[in-house]
Amino acid sequence: MSGDEIKKLQEIASKLRQHVIAMTCAAASGHPGGSLSAADIITVLYFHALRHNPKDPGWTERDRFVMSKGHAAPILYSALAEAGYFPAKYLKTLRQIGSSLQGHIDMLSLPGIEMSTGSLGQGLSAANGMALAGRLDKNDYRVYCLLGDGECQEGQVWEAAMTSGHRKLDNLTAIVDHNKYQIDGKIEDIKTLAPFEDKWRSFNWHVIRCDGHSIKALIEAIDNAKKTKGKPTVIIADTIKGKGVSFMEAAPLSFHGSPPTPEQEKQALCELCKIKDIEL
Amino acid sequence: MSEVKLAATRDAYGKALAQLGKENPNVVVLDADLSASTKTAEFGKLFPDRFFNMGVAEQDMISTAAGLAACGKIAFASTFAVFGSGRAWDQVRLSVAYTRANVKIVVTHAGIVTGEDGASHQANEDIAIMRVIPNMTVVVPSDSVETEKVIRAAAEFHGPMYIRLSRPKTPIINAEDYKFQLGRGVVLRPGKDLTIFSCGIMVATALDAAADLAGKGIEAEVINLHTIKPLDKKLIVDSAKRTGAVVTVEEHSILGGLGGAVAEVLVENCAVPMVRVGLKDVFGESGKPDELLVKYGLTAEEIVKAARSVIKRKS
Repeated sequence: MSGDEIKKLQEIASKLRQHVIAMTCAAASGHPGGSLSAADIITVLYFHALRHNPKDPGWTERDRFVMSKGHAAPILYSALAEAGYFPAKYLKTLRQIGSSLQGHIDMLSLPGIEMSTGSLGQGLSAANGMALAGRLDKNDYRVYCLLGDGECQEGQVWEAAMTSGHRKLDNLTAIVDHNKYQIDGKIEDIKTLAPFEDKWRSFNWHVIRCDGHSIKALIEAIDNAKKTKGKPTVIIADTIKGKGVSFMEAAPLSFHGSPPTPEQEKQALCELCKIKDIEL
Repeated sequence: MSEVKLAATRDAYGKALAQLGKENPNVVVLDADLSASTKTAEFGKLFPDRFFNMGVAEQDMISTAAGLAACGKIAFASTFAVFGSGRAWDQVRLSVAYTRANVKIVVTHAGIVTGEDGASHQANEDIAIMRVIPNMTVVVPSDSVETEKVIRAAAEFHGPMYIRLSRPKTPIINAEDYKFQLGRGVVLRPGKDLTIFSCGIMVATALDAAADLAGKGIEAEVINLHTIKPLDKKLIVDSAKRTGAVVTVEEHSILGGLGGAVAEVLVENCAVPMVRVGLKDVFGESGKPDELLVKYGLTAEEIVKAARSVIKRKS
């Protein structure tokens, strides 16, 4: 991976973040914090890792991506638009009546969405089903599933994790957007996940921990997962809620399920226009 | 009267599923550690690659079935009715129904005839909580013959379906050449004085009641409403208009199930006197199925009583 390629992906991530701000502000509603924390992960998936074709969303050989944290819809819509699934102008219809851009993702509304989610905890099970179907059909597509860290308090996540481990689904990679916050507060205060890595390991997963805002680290982790045979891989990606916008990073709980005000929107977009922390 | 043959609807399911497995490589089956009881084990033995025992994890099973269906599989997911409907309701709603997934939730051990296991295992609310979910089709076969045909129809139908089966052996009322049509009720016995709508294992009891009523000079029409959703509204309204009185009979709560569904149609189209026979908003208990049916008023005698009372209310 060259410095130029990393820079290109960082620019895309920045663009996606700007879309998240603009669309949630236009909707005056939505979940920007957990969308911004997942922006680099989603960028690496849609613009580097996934085998997909925006012109043929039903392509049977495509990799599948299940976004279990369905409330981070804005970041996925931004990626799908930038990848060419639909024109970016539709992003501003987010959460409006009649729009395909539902508040939580809906696979029947929008091409490119693989599974409807929103009630937390169900996505990893569905991803397992897709991985099992791929194995049955001898189709070598890979399945990716993005989970929230707060979501990992749902019991079904661990039912599913037990299934993936038991069935040795090495065509499946789970990624946890580990931004350390849930709606009501810090995860460690409300109900800790610790020891988080050990939990996954004890469910027979290969565990990788990485900086969820480092394009390079995410790419390496996904490559590592692809090479891992005999067990599923989880990438615990350390992230920052509201990443990329100073006042959102500073007050992560204020922007879980609420967008910035119109004045804040300007500041946020201004900050995001400047690409920071470029890795070379 | 000729000798009544008995068979369990869950046995018919196991047989039909194994046959489907032979015919269609896209059929996959999931179970949650109850495959010997739900009768999916036979499929598992024949097609181990396409059988997924998910362990005691019904929620995971239902969403996994949705994932398999999203990749083109026809997924049959089985467990007891109380778990397939209640324990996994949110998964059925979001992962399956909202996505119109090609998942067939085929549950066994519905209702109080589950018997000795007691109230925790007797689903008397499942029809109600499944039929309120958009995109969901709900079928309650009346016997083993109908069950086999329903399972075949389910595999041909694209979309979510809930199919409710029972544990014990119950009377066979349909002939082998009976043609099942999804969403179309069946007039099993014509009559002019009242209509008895029933589903599942109570259809046989409703026929017994109608025979008894005939001896008392009352001609009851008996209709098998195997499909609770989409409901055969035209048949319900036409029959109710002709007979002017309705009794519903189900081995389920009188709230929200067949009785509730028929009442909704009648009150909006042709309100006639009506009585619902079923569990009267109570939990069941341990006991032998036949004892429980008597204790909870699910007998031909109770249907006859209901019929006579409803006829008195005709204007």
